[in-house]
Amino acid sequence: MNARNDADGRTRRSPLLLSRYAEALFWLARYMERIENLARVLDVTDTFVRHGVDQSGWRSVIQINADEDRFAKLYGQANAENVARFYLVDRENPTSILSSLFAARENARTLRALLPTETWSQINIFYNRVHHMTAADAAPSRVSGLCAYFKEQCQAHAGIIDGTFYRDQSWAFYCIGKYLERGDQTSRLVDIKYHTLLPSVEDVGSPLDISQWHALLRAASGYQAYRRINPSYMTPSSVAGFLLMNDSFPRSVTRCVRQIEIYLGQLSSGYGLRGAYAAQERLDELRAALMDQSIEQILARGLHEFLDWVQLQFIVLQDAMAQSFWRKPAQVQQTQTLTHL
Amino acid sequence: MHGLLDGYDNGAFFCELKDCATQDPTVRLIAERLAQMEPAELARRAQIAEVELYNQGITFTVYSEKDAIDRILPFDLIPRVLTAVEWDVLERGVRQRVAALNAFIGDIYHGQRILKDGVVPAALILGNANYRPEMAGLNVPYGTYVHVCGIDVIRDEQGRFLVLEDNARTPSGVSYVIENRNMMRRIFPDLMDGIAVRPVGSYGMMLQSAMAEIAPDDIADPQVVLLSPGIYNSAYFEHVFLAREMGVPLVEGKDLVVEDGSVWMRTTAGLAPVHSIYRRLNDDFLDPDVFRPDSTLGVRGLIDVWRRGRVAIANAVGTGVADDKAVYAYMPRIIRYYLDEDPILANVETHICGEPEGLSYTLANLEKLVVKPVGESGGYGLIIGPHATRDEIAAFRIQLRADPANYISQPMIALSVSPTLAGTRLVPRHVDFRPFAVTGRKIWVLPGGLTRVALREGSLVVNSSQGGGSKDTWVLEG
Repeated sequence: MNARNDADGRTRRSPLLLSRYAEALFWLARYMERIENLARVLDVTDTFVRHGVDQSGWRSVIQINADEDRFAKLYGQANAENVARFYLVDRENPTSILSSLFAARENARTLRALLPTETWSQINIFYNRVHHMTAADAAPSRVSGLCAYFKEQCQAHAGIIDGTFYRDQSWAFYCIGKYLERGDQTSRLVDIKYHTLLPSVEDVGSPLDISQWHALLRAASGYQAYRRINPSYMTPSSVAGFLLMNDSFPRSVTRCVRQIEIYLGQLSSGYGLRGAYAAQERLDELRAALMDQSIEQILARGLHEFLDWVQLQFIVLQDAMAQSFWRKPAQVQQTQTLTHL
Repeated sequence: MHGLLDGYDNGAFFCELKDCATQDPTVRLIAERLAQMEPAELARRAQIAEVELYNQGITFTVYSEKDAIDRILPFDLIPRVLTAVEWDVLERGVRQRVAALNAFIGDIYHGQRILKDGVVPAALILGNANYRPEMAGLNVPYGTYVHVCGIDVIRDEQGRFLVLEDNARTPSGVSYVIENRNMMRRIFPDLMDGIAVRPVGSYGMMLQSAMAEIAPDDIADPQVVLLSPGIYNSAYFEHVFLAREMGVPLVEGKDLVVEDGSVWMRTTAGLAPVHSIYRRLNDDFLDPDVFRPDSTLGVRGLIDVWRRGRVAIANAVGTGVADDKAVYAYMPRIIRYYLDEDPILANVETHICGEPEGLSYTLANLEKLVVKPVGESGGYGLIIGPHATRDEIAAFRIQLRADPANYISQPMIALSVSPTLAGTRLVPRHVDFRPFAVTGRKIWVLPGGLTRVALREGSLVVNSSQGGGSKDTWVLEG
């Protein structure tokens, strides 16, 4: 356990945060971020598969989420109809948007006394609408519109939070959850897509089909920014480098890691929470690995192995947070995971 | 009266609007404004209110295995109005009642004078399921046991206020008082326009101050928390609401721990001291060391810390004895005994069957009376004389004779009515009223309260589980 405040209460307290609230804030942010990312990936996949650009699209969505087994058991064939339904409205699937939204709402319910009232209201309306959706709502012709709605709702949530949330340590816990999820999602997206999109051996030498790389950039909302800084060319390594390591792109892994670093720093220096030290140490390693090598070096050494390691570091980081801030001592506590319902 | 109230007929019942409009020009103005409303417009606003309550999560949640379904407490947008004169009686009556309750509970856990003087039968108190021997001899700050009290008041045909129940344990519903007002300001500003209604928004601050007052003396800046059973409790919204209004953490038992003779909460900075706990958890669940050993909702060792004066708990343990129907029957005598005053708010006429006169009156008038069992145990039902068959009454007579002390009897009560929107019409529906008193060092009564309304025609049951809803309650400035 950490420092104990004076029992006599004579010292003026800075706003305290219950451990349980810190955990719920972290997970609320993760689930909302996750919904937005998934909606974006589904939307782009829908568009590009429809135009015959990316035939591997639906299968790779399943790979990104590591849902191969579950999906095969429930649906079998990875076509548009099945994948959309599985990820949009299937409550049997713990990684569906509906399931994530349910979990986000239950975390928000725990936090209702802390969150701005509009936050609860918006999530509540969002959930109540999605909750009534059926397979028909996720029919192929509706996927794009539905994904647009999900993104819009997540952005409304982000806007309410940004505009009204009181900036104390609870904000830092929320942001750490958000950037951790975002960094993790981007690394998964690049991991899966990079290899499926690389030209096969027999295609080497033929002109690169850049529309697939467009799709990848769009799935991460990075297309326009990428064009602005690379107006004259598009290569697989420059796209991967942009998504993973561009400092100014808000969804790059490097950028997310830097954000987490800032908020962990606030916790340890600003709020004197020594529990942040362990997580900071973990993060240092991850940051060094991202800063100290170029994308070419990473590709040469093996992108998949590198991204696997990055994802593992995110898990280790999350575990350090849980250990320091909300796991009870000498007690195995039920912990939320991405598949928690 | 014309327009929307044209076909409105409250019969023999006292009408909260019509009968008050004849006495008070402001109530008359409100009635006239209502009468001139377009029925379709009222229905439209009612619809908006319902959607807003749902969206804002002013709800209770029903959990199933896979899902969480929110339900709202139905809201009727026709307000219930109390004049300054009426409020003066209610407020003084509630204060008096709370003062007497605190004196009474203090006495039964100390000298037991009232029992020794034979004013209240000792067996009734000491044998009561809610009497807590653990409380004996324990001194609480300012002698306050009932920090939050919600006394249920009804009105008879003559418009007299009568107390139906004292809720001295953990009365709920105050969040609806404040949220109903917020709702009225949004959807019915034209009805309230220019009318001075006493505000209800200070409840959270008053409760927080009372909780700080009762914290251990040597703590300059006490940490107050609200202890809730958690999200699965049907009153969870109210817990959220109050924690927010009080500006205090909403904790669950698992967030608290007793160490080194103090109560602490688990925070991101480690354990932090807690000095004052507004608990929304029944006595039984508070501390597995003292009460139910299987409780996972409470805090082990809490009662010991409390007994040592290192933490405050509101309401105090053991106040439930005052909620007993038989103890209720003695309340007028309890008030006279401790305060040497006549009760400002009368009880509903109640006959104590444990006393010879009460029993003989009850036996002679069974077909006119409602007879209720007093304890919570026993499993004997109540009997509503006017609705019972001759055989049922005969059978009940035997039951009553066998154990008279287990019963009280009351006449059928004709609750007052208030105009209530049904579709596009205003119809009379029965209402009750629950004012809230907050007591730390002193008694404070929220100028307003929860008006519950039985939405079904003819129904006298205002409970939310049986078709009840609520209304905003306007206490007019004097």
